[in-house]
Amino acid sequence: MGMTMSQKILAKHAGLDHVEAGQLIEADLDLVLGNDITSPVAIKEMDKFKHAGVFDKDKIALVPDHFVPNKDIKSAENCRCVREFARRNEITNYFEVGQMGIEHALLPEQGLTVAGDLIIGADSHTCTYGALGAFSTGVGSTDMAAGMATGKAWFKVPSAIRFNLVGKPSKWVSGKDVILHIIGMIGVDGALYQSMEFTGESVKNLSMDDRFTIANMAIEAGGKNGIFPVDELAVSYMKEHAPSRTWEVFEADADAEYEKEYTIDLSALGSTVAFPHLPENARTFDQMEKIQIDQVVIGSCTNGRISDLRTAAEILKGRHVAQGMRCIVIPATQKIYLQAMEEGLLKTFIEAGAVVSTPTCGPCLGGYMGILASGERCVSTTNRNFVGRMGAIDSEVYLASPAVAAASAVTGRISQPSEIGL
Amino acid sequence: MKSANGTVFKFGDNVDTDVIIPARYLNTTDPAELASHCMEDIDRNFIKNVKSGDIIVANKNFGCGSSREHAPIAIKAAGVSCVIAETFARIFYRNSINIGLPIVECPEAARQIGAGDQVSVNFDSGVITDETTGKTYQGQAFPPFMQKIIDCEGLINYINASH
Repeated sequence: MGMTMSQKILAKHAGLDHVEAGQLIEADLDLVLGNDITSPVAIKEMDKFKHAGVFDKDKIALVPDHFVPNKDIKSAENCRCVREFARRNEITNYFEVGQMGIEHALLPEQGLTVAGDLIIGADSHTCTYGALGAFSTGVGSTDMAAGMATGKAWFKVPSAIRFNLVGKPSKWVSGKDVILHIIGMIGVDGALYQSMEFTGESVKNLSMDDRFTIANMAIEAGGKNGIFPVDELAVSYMKEHAPSRTWEVFEADADAEYEKEYTIDLSALGSTVAFPHLPENARTFDQMEKIQIDQVVIGSCTNGRISDLRTAAEILKGRHVAQGMRCIVIPATQKIYLQAMEEGLLKTFIEAGAVVSTPTCGPCLGGYMGILASGERCVSTTNRNFVGRMGAIDSEVYLASPAVAAASAVTGRISQPSEIGL
Repeated sequence: MKSANGTVFKFGDNVDTDVIIPARYLNTTDPAELASHCMEDIDRNFIKNVKSGDIIVANKNFGCGSSREHAPIAIKAAGVSCVIAETFARIFYRNSINIGLPIVECPEAARQIGAGDQVSVNFDSGVITDETTGKTYQGQAFPPFMQKIIDCEGLINYINASH
């Protein structure tokens, strides 16, 4: 029996010719990641190891991004814990406020994630790097600690679901609509313990930013990882961002086994919104009433990249955020922030009455920078709409694309761009 | 810990780690402080009512969402001796094994055991007994590799013991 892309990467890193779904393996890691929430727990665990120190100071990435710039004293102490650990162990890839970004936008941009890599991160959205043909998956702090100390992790080799993407999406349909549609179709545990492998003729119709968004939300279907084939676009991205790295392209065998296969016609998809309180509650605009909102958030590891900001700016240009609405725009990295400034996008946002923030995960997980009061509703380009995710227990988050979020900011209710003549 | 015995707190499908420990409390890593907010957004009275040794029983995809290890840490520090579910989200599953929080997958038990039942779990045999109804269930056994981590009460001890 042949192997999937994910299985081939795992086999290679375990020093095996062949692996099968369900097999338990120990594999060598190319990168171990943590943030300001998960790393302090891992750093405490590191003290319990007999052998002190890290396996490779160049293969660890520490990114304070969730509650920075420090939102309160306790967060400041956590960030100091990470900073001092990084200094003590001479960690190469520690990103201080001012040079940082949201981890899953930052690391590919910095050339730290390439095709064929095996990456674990103490953050569930670590699956993002599958967009470049890497096997990357979220773990907890203890796995992160073990990874930092030994350079290894244990894995149960996953089986896979194949998503065959065909057709060209219409103008306002993005990677976010594709993944919300898929999660709506298979449910929040539809890919539990499995790889989600995205293939097909239409991969070429998806920008790298679209692919990052899709792979990013594999976890919202319970997936272990999401992964794309490595095409010319992915190679040119890596040439630009990781010129000093070598990468290895793995392709699924023709006889690789998939537990399920779906064909998704992207030309048939419309703008899609996930209603509270699960990402699987996906609806298109013909399936919803008019819903008034209080806030819009455009940002996060899911949708804070430059193409997301360009889309939002295209819609907000010459328009204004509806009266009584708050619209918060958060470029995902400093580089994206600067690029958005140079392209005039920030001017567009500010003239439209939006807030522009330094990179942070902040509101996505109800940390800060846009917490919802009781009963308030938010259209957000983030990735989760669980109970209380962005604030009060009875507040509501509606997940959507940057296009829908920007259009909704203009009308004050959940809207698609066609409702404002676009 | 070779066995657990306690009163059951029952939850439904897709209990996510945001409701197990809301992010507004993630500015601390202190287990006792995390425990004081455990399950707060899904059951405000949980932490008042839970006693050492009690058992959580839930339906499918327990622990979905964020990778925060603070979630199983909070549950363990609240005194919960075991979580039984139809299925677990995979990061929560890993985290629980890695920190030594006993978990058992058993769809039948998860569906049939009721809130307030007195339940015992034998971790060696995987047998779950609902002492209130008298019914027994066979939980899924761990692969030997994971059983070794559990026997060492967590991944770090396991690595220390094997290197």
